[in-house]
Amino acid sequence: MSDQNPATPASRESHAEGHVAVAPDTSDHAMLSMDVGQVGETLLEIDHVTLRFGGVVALNDVDFSIKRGEILGLIGPNGAGKTTCFNVMTGVYTPTSGEVRFNGRAISGNKPHKINQLGIARTFQNIRLFPEMSALENVMVGCDARHKTSVLGALFRAYRVRPTEEQLPANPLKRSLAKVFGISRHTLEERGGRERSMELLKFVGIADRAHELSRNLPYGYQRRLEIARALATEPQLLCLDEPAAGFNPAEKEDLMDLIRRIRDLGHTVLVIEHDMKLVLGVTDRIVVLEFGQKIAEGTPEEVARNPKVIAAYLGEPDDAA
Amino acid sequence: MDFDALINGLDRHTLDGITRGSIYALVALGYTMVYGVMKLINFAHSEVFMVGTWATLGTYTLIGASSGMGVGMIIGATVLALLAAMLASAGTALAVERIAYRPLRKKGAPPLIFLITGIGCSMVLVETFGQVLKVFFGPPFGRVLVNVPAVLPTKVVFTIPGIDLAITNTRIIIIFGAIAMMVALDFFVNKSRLGRGVRAVAQDPDTASLMGVNQDRVIMLVFVLGGAMAGVAALLFTIQYDSTKFDIGFIIGVKAFTAAVLGGIGNLRGALIGGLVLGVVEVYASTVWDSSWADVTAFVVLVLVLMFRPTGLLGESLGKARA
Amino acid sequence: MSIITQYTNRLRDRLDVLPTWVRALGLLLVVALAFYLPYLNVLPFAYIRTDLSATGTDWASVLFLVVVYMIVAVGLNVVIGLAGLLDLGYVGFYALGAYSVALFGSTSSPVVEAIQNKFGLSEEWAVPFAICVPIAIAMALIAGVILGAPTLRLRGDYLAIVTMGFGEIIRICARNLDNVTNGAAGITNVPVPPGPEVDGRPFFNVSEPERWYWLALVVLIILIWMARRLEHSRVGRAWLAIREDEDAAAIMGVAAFKYKLWAFAIGASLGGMAGLLFGSKQQYVEPNGFMLNLSFLFVAMVVIGGSGNILGVLIGAFLLTYLPERFREFQEWRPFAFGVALVAVMILRPQGLVPSRRRAREFEDRKVEAEEAAADV
Repeated sequence: MSDQNPATPASRESHAEGHVAVAPDTSDHAMLSMDVGQVGETLLEIDHVTLRFGGVVALNDVDFSIKRGEILGLIGPNGAGKTTCFNVMTGVYTPTSGEVRFNGRAISGNKPHKINQLGIARTFQNIRLFPEMSALENVMVGCDARHKTSVLGALFRAYRVRPTEEQLPANPLKRSLAKVFGISRHTLEERGGRERSMELLKFVGIADRAHELSRNLPYGYQRRLEIARALATEPQLLCLDEPAAGFNPAEKEDLMDLIRRIRDLGHTVLVIEHDMKLVLGVTDRIVVLEFGQKIAEGTPEEVARNPKVIAAYLGEPDDAA
Repeated sequence: MDFDALINGLDRHTLDGITRGSIYALVALGYTMVYGVMKLINFAHSEVFMVGTWATLGTYTLIGASSGMGVGMIIGATVLALLAAMLASAGTALAVERIAYRPLRKKGAPPLIFLITGIGCSMVLVETFGQVLKVFFGPPFGRVLVNVPAVLPTKVVFTIPGIDLAITNTRIIIIFGAIAMMVALDFFVNKSRLGRGVRAVAQDPDTASLMGVNQDRVIMLVFVLGGAMAGVAALLFTIQYDSTKFDIGFIIGVKAFTAAVLGGIGNLRGALIGGLVLGVVEVYASTVWDSSWADVTAFVVLVLVLMFRPTGLLGESLGKARA
Repeated sequence: MSIITQYTNRLRDRLDVLPTWVRALGLLLVVALAFYLPYLNVLPFAYIRTDLSATGTDWASVLFLVVVYMIVAVGLNVVIGLAGLLDLGYVGFYALGAYSVALFGSTSSPVVEAIQNKFGLSEEWAVPFAICVPIAIAMALIAGVILGAPTLRLRGDYLAIVTMGFGEIIRICARNLDNVTNGAAGITNVPVPPGPEVDGRPFFNVSEPERWYWLALVVLIILIWMARRLEHSRVGRAWLAIREDEDAAAIMGVAAFKYKLWAFAIGASLGGMAGLLFGSKQQYVEPNGFMLNLSFLFVAMVVIGGSGNILGVLIGAFLLTYLPERFREFQEWRPFAFGVALVAVMILRPQGLVPSRRRAREFEDRKVEAEEAAADV
């Protein structure tokens, strides 16, 4: 347990030693890119959302939207309601009043896996991988979210698909069988999922340890694996919850680069971060929360100049370390 | 179906149910405390209760107690049997913890394994009285029902006027004995220093141990307290039913665990409420249908309660025992 | 790492690098040996037979029971080992399978008699065995879904008690519903699978238990093959993900409830299948054959063998069924020895005798963590 928790001192230390310079990824990852849709169109709308727990007001009339193709930062001091806001967006909490709309559809009250199917994926502030599954299997679970094979389909494999030329197996006997009977959708999806997962691991730069149990991966690898697993579900909107927590400056540089590359694949990205430098460096637009209220919104330059934001962060030294 | 029988004797059946429920509640405390602290169903707890009934029988046999003694002798024998039962049950609970659970805790085994060793211990204890001791000592050990002397003769103490409900001395002892023990335990957990340790571990074992709470000691304490409560329940059980058997723990254990879940596992007062509700429901069901359907009704009630209140009637958590 | 684990891991690594055809041949040999077992009479191997002494039990019948319990273990392994759901009422599904075939297939069951009277059928009429099989499996499966639908939303420990209650309810119903199940008297004349008559007797009869054993073995092999298919597909991955972290799995798009319900239903139908074979061979079912203790025995098989690993649970089922039969002379001592063995094996080897390699590693890690945690304090 303790090794998953980024807050324990032990894991921070081990990760500090264990930082591996990730080789710059130059391949074009054509199979990963997806259609972003109409850039600039509203993707997610937080429409005057208020959330109360008993007498405590966690979010007070928060109102902003995320546009297709952008990287939006959501920042604020500790306890400002960032993660709560995030949980409302991903359907964990239902707002007391107001509405969250994704592609124009209200999503409150949907089950978590439905929200994922709609096209929202997230990572966790305190890493939550499937510790006893290998890195590759973790990502394959994500890929399965888009697969159509049912339980009975996986059992009987009766749903046959006529394979394309490159899907045909090399073995001549199997090849002629596949030509006559087709290949089960299960087999094709399994193979496709495996390839896509490997590609994703390469994309985030951790393919060298694809077959290791995720619990045994170094901290930085685990953070990247979470991103790969979320990307595997082909989200239109990827939400990163403090992705740089516990990273050193060099790793933060890598992460900023990764976030930009994710956007270039066609995903819209929402980043919740504590670290102002990272947020200012990578986002297109920023929303600032304080005490559950939105206090500012705008480009990084505007936000950095906003006196309210400066005041909110003044009491608290920039937590860049 | 015979609802008339239920309506006509409602007061009597309710009293029966509360008596039965008090015993369930006392045994349920053991499940609930262990669960609250370790998140573990202690499957051997039913046998901890069973050992208590044998300790009562043993005490009576040793001091030669029988029905028809003087008042002083009756009180003396009962108190002695109570102490013996509490001691034997607490000792058994402690032994189970040391032998079957602690080694696994040190290895960090998952909960399922604890369950299996619990079942194993339960079988060992049952067979100790059903087989092993019989080989060495002969009767009363063995796989038969054994009579426990009715040291305390049943007498009607008073009759509630109007509804004509006779209250016997054994009922008073069972119901008030059980409630007194539970109040004492509740007080201990909420007010004493040791009790604070128990609540701390229940809330957050890691933080508690950082704050200097000795987790092993707390767990031992919980087993001893739960065992002692089961010992009291064992004595009360023999007062009510005048008998015991090597496998008597099983059914009481299942019922008590159901009661703990019904009330909200990990919650001391939940155990009391759960026990009483279960006891009353069972007696009602066996009046309306017949006694063989009582168990079915009990489980159906449990499922219904869990469907609408997934954490039991009073909610879980020993940590917030004031709930 | 313990010496045994090291040794078995090395052995498995060696087996892994063998060419496919060698492994296939090896598997075929093992299966052939399994089919030959009832006739095993070569010393010293014949010492494993259970009918060497006068008090012993028929060897082929013991083998049959072993295989039936192996089917149970494979089914329960889906529920406990893969999906991580604790089912303490598995005996309920087993009983349902056995009772279904008896209720619909036996000429002396009250249900069949009612149908005879209603439609004016002859005294000889009963639902044919071939139709009883899907009925039995469907009954178990439907019971699994009915039990699972409200309870699988509950947390693990609650599931344990609710399933335990279910197992008891099935038995109590079988005992109390006199005009449906004949109550405590049970039902006789449970039908047997159809087959050519040999020497004027049905192919599957009481005096040739080895035929029953072969039948059960064929069923077992098919079921193992199916279980493995599921395990190595998105379904198996979803189960593992749910077992590891249900909330995270759901957020990654795994329909957790659906997969848990499937695990439950699949486990239930396998339990029903095993019960059906058992009832059919006994040709008699009665409520006392399905006590709650049997559920504990089933869970113990899975856990002792090594939950999550099919080879492990097969070995667990074999040991817990075979050993008590082999040492029948000590009948009175068997439950005691069983209890001692459960505690001893689990304390010495909590990961089970033959854990899946995934589980074996998990245990090593947990142990190190526990030790580190102890050292910190």
